[in-house]
Order: sequence, then C-alpha cells, then structure tokens
Amino acid sequence: MKKTFALGGVHPHDHKISAGAAIEDFPVLSRVYISMAQHLGSPSEPVVAKGDRVKVGQLIGKPTGFMSACIHSSVSGTVASIEPVADLAGNKVNTIIIDVEGDEWEPSIDRSQTIVREITATKEEILKRIADCGIVGLGGASFPTHIKLTPPPGKKADYLLINGAECEPYLTSDHRIMLEMPEQILIGARLMMKALDVKKCFFGVEENKPDAIASLRRFSSEYPEIEVVSLKKKYPQGGEKQLIDALIGRRVPAMGLPIDAGAVVQNCGTALAVYEAVQKNKPLFEGIVTITGDCTEQQRNFRLRVGTPFNKMLDAVGGLPEQAVKLISGGPMMGKAVANIEAASVKSTSALLVLTEEQTKRKPQTQCIRCGKCVQVCPMGLEPYLLNKLAKVSRMDELEANRVQDCIECGCCLYTCPAQLPLLDNIRVGKGQVIRILRSRPKK
Amino acid sequence: MRKLLVSPAPHIYSAENTRRIMMDVLIALAPSLLVSIYFFGFSAIQLVVVGALTCVGVEYVIQKYLLKTEVTISDLSAAVTGVLLALNLPPNSPWWLMLIGSIVAIGVAKMTFGGLGQNIFNPALVGRVFLLISFPVLMTDWTIPESWFRAGVDATTGATPLALVKEGLAQGLSVEEILANSLDLSYFQMLFVKTGGSVGEVSAFALLLGFAYLLFRRVIRPHIPVTIFLTIALFSGIFWLIDPNQYMDPLFNILTGGVLIGSIFMATDYVTSPMTARGMVIYGVGIGVITMLIRMFGSYPEGISFAILIMNSVVPLINKYIKPARFAKEVKNG
Repeated sequence: MKKTFALGGVHPHDHKISAGAAIEDFPVLSRVYISMAQHLGSPSEPVVAKGDRVKVGQLIGKPTGFMSACIHSSVSGTVASIEPVADLAGNKVNTIIIDVEGDEWEPSIDRSQTIVREITATKEEILKRIADCGIVGLGGASFPTHIKLTPPPGKKADYLLINGAECEPYLTSDHRIMLEMPEQILIGARLMMKALDVKKCFFGVEENKPDAIASLRRFSSEYPEIEVVSLKKKYPQGGEKQLIDALIGRRVPAMGLPIDAGAVVQNCGTALAVYEAVQKNKPLFEGIVTITGDCTEQQRNFRLRVGTPFNKMLDAVGGLPEQAVKLISGGPMMGKAVANIEAASVKSTSALLVLTEEQTKRKPQTQCIRCGKCVQVCPMGLEPYLLNKLAKVSRMDELEANRVQDCIECGCCLYTCPAQLPLLDNIRVGKGQVIRILRSRPKK
Repeated sequence: MRKLLVSPAPHIYSAENTRRIMMDVLIALAPSLLVSIYFFGFSAIQLVVVGALTCVGVEYVIQKYLLKTEVTISDLSAAVTGVLLALNLPPNSPWWLMLIGSIVAIGVAKMTFGGLGQNIFNPALVGRVFLLISFPVLMTDWTIPESWFRAGVDATTGATPLALVKEGLAQGLSVEEILANSLDLSYFQMLFVKTGGSVGEVSAFALLLGFAYLLFRRVIRPHIPVTIFLTIALFSGIFWLIDPNQYMDPLFNILTGGVLIGSIFMATDYVTSPMTARGMVIYGVGIGVITMLIRMFGSYPEGISFAILIMNSVVPLINKYIKPARFAKEVKNG
C-alpha cells in the first residue's frame, strides 16, 4: 500500500500535458514589474530610486519588520518608475518598474553549471543567506523561508519534509526540476536539515511521476538521511497537514502549525532556491513556471524572471486562445483567477493555466440531496454542507463549534458537490469571520 | 481587451450531478426489473410504468401549478421513487394501487416537506407502508414467481418465505418440518432464481448485482447495507444457535423479507440517511435491530420497511450529534 493521508481527498484528472517539456529559459523582456508585496507579511521597501541602474540579483527591496523578505532585481537596466501597479486581482501594489538593458549579473553570483556538493556554511550562515537572498515558500503561500526554518522557542523539529507531491492538475514545474535538478534539490534539503538541526528528511512525491522519483533516488542513495517516498495520487496531498499525515503519520493540532507536530514542510522548489542561495550565492529572482491549458497551442515549462507580465507569458505558448475564458495563476484547485492580464509574475508564480468555458463554467445550482459526498471528501473531517448552511446565516458560534477554522480551503467539497453548490465560497466567508473573532479573544 | 472570468477557487468541477446519480440508481435496479419482467410479465411492466409516470406527473403538477416554482422532474428523483415503489409491491397488484401509492409517496412524503432533499421519510417507503396499512389484503397477496410464459394468466399466489415460517411456527411446527413442506426455500433457489415477495426481490442475485454497480460507481458507500446485514446476522444468529428448531438461520433472514432491496436501495436513500460514516453505522445497526424485533416479536413477518422509516426519523438527531472523524486530534491552546 502506497502512503497517503487518511481522510477525504478527490481524484481530479491530472492533465499533466506539459510533463514532457524540458525547462527552457524565457526570453528577458524589455520591461519588468517587480512587486514589493510578494510574500506573506509586510511589503518590502524599495532601496533604489527612479533612474538608478541595477544589475541582475541586486537588492532593490528591503524587508520591513519581522515577517517580510528581501527582493532582488531580476534584470539589469534602469529603474523607470516606482509606483502602485495593479496585481493579478487588480489591487494596487507598490512596484518597481525596470527598463531592461543587457543582462548583467551581480558578479558574486556563481553562474557555472558545477554542482557544489560540499556544505561549508554553518547553521547561522545558511539562515542568513536564505534571508538575504529573499527565499520564500514556493508552494503557494510565500511564507518567508528563514522564519519557517527558525522554530519558535521551545519548539523543535524532528523531521524536515520536502513537498514534491505536485497534486494540482496541470502543474509540472516541480516535476521538471525533480527530473532535471535532483541533486541540487537534495543538497538544498540537506542545507535546510542543517539549519533546522534535524537528522531525518522525508521527500514525498506522488506516484504519477515515476521518472522524478527514480531521478531523485539515484542521488538520494548517497544521503541515507533523506528518504524519497512514493505517495498515492490524491488531492490535496501537497497540503502541509495532509503531507505530514501521509509521510510521518502525525496530525497537526487544530489552530496549530506543522512545528506543533514536530515537522517543517518545504516545497521542492524552495529546496532548489535554498541550494542556489547558499551554494551559488543566487538570490530568488527567477523561478520555474508551467504555462499550459488544453486549449493553448503549446504547453511549456520556463525559467522565468520575476516581474514578467502574464500576457507576455501567454505569447510564448501561442497567445490567448479564442475559447479561453479564465486565466489562473497556479493550479485549477487552489490557484487564483487572473483579473488583470497585464499583472506580472511574482516569486511564487508556479503556473499560468488557461481554461475554456466548458472546463470552468459553473453549472446551475440544484437542491442539496444530502448525499454526504462533501463530508466524505473533506480532508479535514468537516461537514461542508453544514458549514455552508451556517455561514449563509452567519451563525458564528455554531460555525466555530463545527470547526470552520480548520478548513484548508482545498476545494474538494465544491469540486465534488453533485448539486454544484458554492460550498467553499460561503465557508471561506464564514471561516474569515470566525478567525477574526478568535484572534480578537484575549489569550489564556 | 477580452473579458476574463474571475471567480474563487476551485476552478474545475467533477462531472457528478443529481441526474447522473439517479440514472445510476435506475441502472442498478435494471437487473431486478428484468428478472421481475421475466417472472411476472406485463404486470411488472405495468406497475413500473404507472409508478414512474405518476410520481413524475405528481411532482410536475405540484411544482408547476401549486408551488409555482421551477420544475425539477428532469433530475429523475421522482422516477426513482416510482420505480422503487413498484418494485416493492406484490406482483399482480392492480394499477390503481400503484397510482394511490405514488400520489402518497410524492405528494405527501416528498413535496409537503419541500421536495428533493427536504423530506424526512423515504417517499417510496411511505407509499408502501400507506398501502400496507390501507389495503392489507392486497398488499400481502403474493404471486408465486413462476415464469409467466409457463404460468400464463393463472398465476398462483401464496405467502412469502418469512410469512410461511412465521405461520408454521405459530402452528407449533419446527423449522425442519416447515422447510420439508416447502421446496421453494433452498438457498440456491433464493439466491439465483426466485424468492417469494415483492416485484423487485425475486432474485437476490440481481439485487446484489445492483449493489455492486452502485458501489463501483461510488453512488453509495457500503456502510449502511453491510451494517444492516451484519446486525441481522448477529441478532438472528444468536437465537438460531440457541434453538435452530424455533428460529431461522442468519442467511435466511438476510435473503428474505425485503432485507436486500431495503438495505441496498431504500436505507441508502441520500436524503433520509445520515451524512457521516459513523452515523451510517448507527443507522444500519438500528435498522437491523428493529427489523429483527418486528420479525420475532411483532405481528408483521417482514419488518424492514418499518425499521427504515423509524430510523429515518432519528437521522436528523444522528446528523446533529454524530460528527465525522476530525483531522485534528487535539486543539492547540492559546
């Protein structure tokens, strides 16, 4: 029996059309838009001014406060302007706009192909490099990595878990890096183990990527402390709590963090970024992005500079197809719909997905037939039908008693519902309100 | 610039819908339906057609002219109720009996509560029990299944196996003597060929085929039928071990008296059964226990219809208090 998480889950068709496409360098455009709010926490503050010349990898935004991150230029050129620019949802975010001239990298960055295997940095140096290079979680939440690798006082991690599940349909960027850069990822994992001072690392990959598993295992045999685990294909395997359950059989307590179960989870893309930061001195200014869709002319994987507008990304796969109605940054289950096609990519952009009306149009709602399928698929063991009903009438006390705050917003309930009820839409609203109430309560 | 659709995640949806689920239930009922057409011929066809048409018609009329709401007959739920009710009547029941049952099932048990998803009791069972109480003679007039090619119009009638045994026991006969008097009660006979009873339960094999289809299509989960079977087996098994001459064995109790059709198709009705796996187990045990209590100590020989209806009434309570297994085993303090 292959390992997987215990409760719920769904099996959407995986549509990994771009899995066979090797990573290509995306051409550097004439202008990039680098947002100062690319991470969870407070936005960064620009340290350059209009007219300044910058190099690739130069620090252009510094962190403001504890939960924040450094931001580096992804191109060389001149700062054209620093102004609020609409992000993918249309919200104005402070952005550094750079006109590109040439491609001149910071000389401190090691651009050679040699793999640096030896780990010489100390724990403190590793954490500092990660923070200085602006590494954030690339699994979606963009949580600053150096903070995640520094457990709060009194908490100790027993395991580092690397997330290579890539359970979202369509996405293949993690698949490609595990296939093409397995050794670098494993070294990144070892660096994080050293930073966390843990002795064991589990690397979870879903079984639908046998080539990636084989390629990782070819190198992991040298590192007995890292175990590559083939996981059963089930969404949302890549959810932090689900991955911890699948790999080490521990359950994160309600309202708790992975560290409360003795685990730290990092995405495999983050591991690669950590390798590049510590061993190659390369800040996080580019990432691997899948540009795909059943209706696009091509489906490809690119190494893309941060700040590339979505419409320019689409040009690389043949432009926006006639029948496309929805653009998604990320996967179809948890990604964000793009409202502003001129918005630019950020550090954690993993995919740009194009869907047709037939694929994404919600069908008319019908009556709830109380089939219980939403309860069956909920990976958190909640009752979405009930939470939906309670959220619609704002019954906060009952929502809390029925644990709406545990919802991970994976979308399994809405995906499954035979009556096409907007379960998660309503639950998300209820959850937000309940969490606000919980936070406002005095702590014991 | 083109207008893009913007909505919250998820952006893709499964192909499941109510109509497809109801269609699957009808497909699962098809083997039983074909067997009953083989045995009862036109009578079975007539019951099913009258049942389905009346149920759909009543729902249409109520939604269109009484409630003036959207008509939802195309979800096929009314058709399922009609077919299920037909399969739960004695063969050779008059068409008007079916008509009355269907009107009660949809008009009273379903629409008065607000239609699909709102009713507390299984509509088909309410229809059946209404008929059982109102027309006791007609509803226990069982035609002995015999291929209608051979039997023609002069079908013979008799009691169901359970009624046969109950009568025999009341007359002071032992189980062995009762079985000796009746060749129809061998397990092979009951499993593959015919069991005396309602239209739909002639062949246990056909019902189990439907069960397998529903499980395969993931329309239902096994919890409810399996717990009913196990509870009945355990309950009757204890008595059978104590005195095999006064009590029938567990397999006999499961194969007769509508336990199969009731557990597979009636007790698993989404609307009137619990939402969680734990709740389903409690519900199944309840149905099994009540069925056996009625069989052993009540006046009806079968009992599962009443057992399901009684447990239907407990479902809201089960849903309120029986929560699914939560992911988080503990809650973090502070």
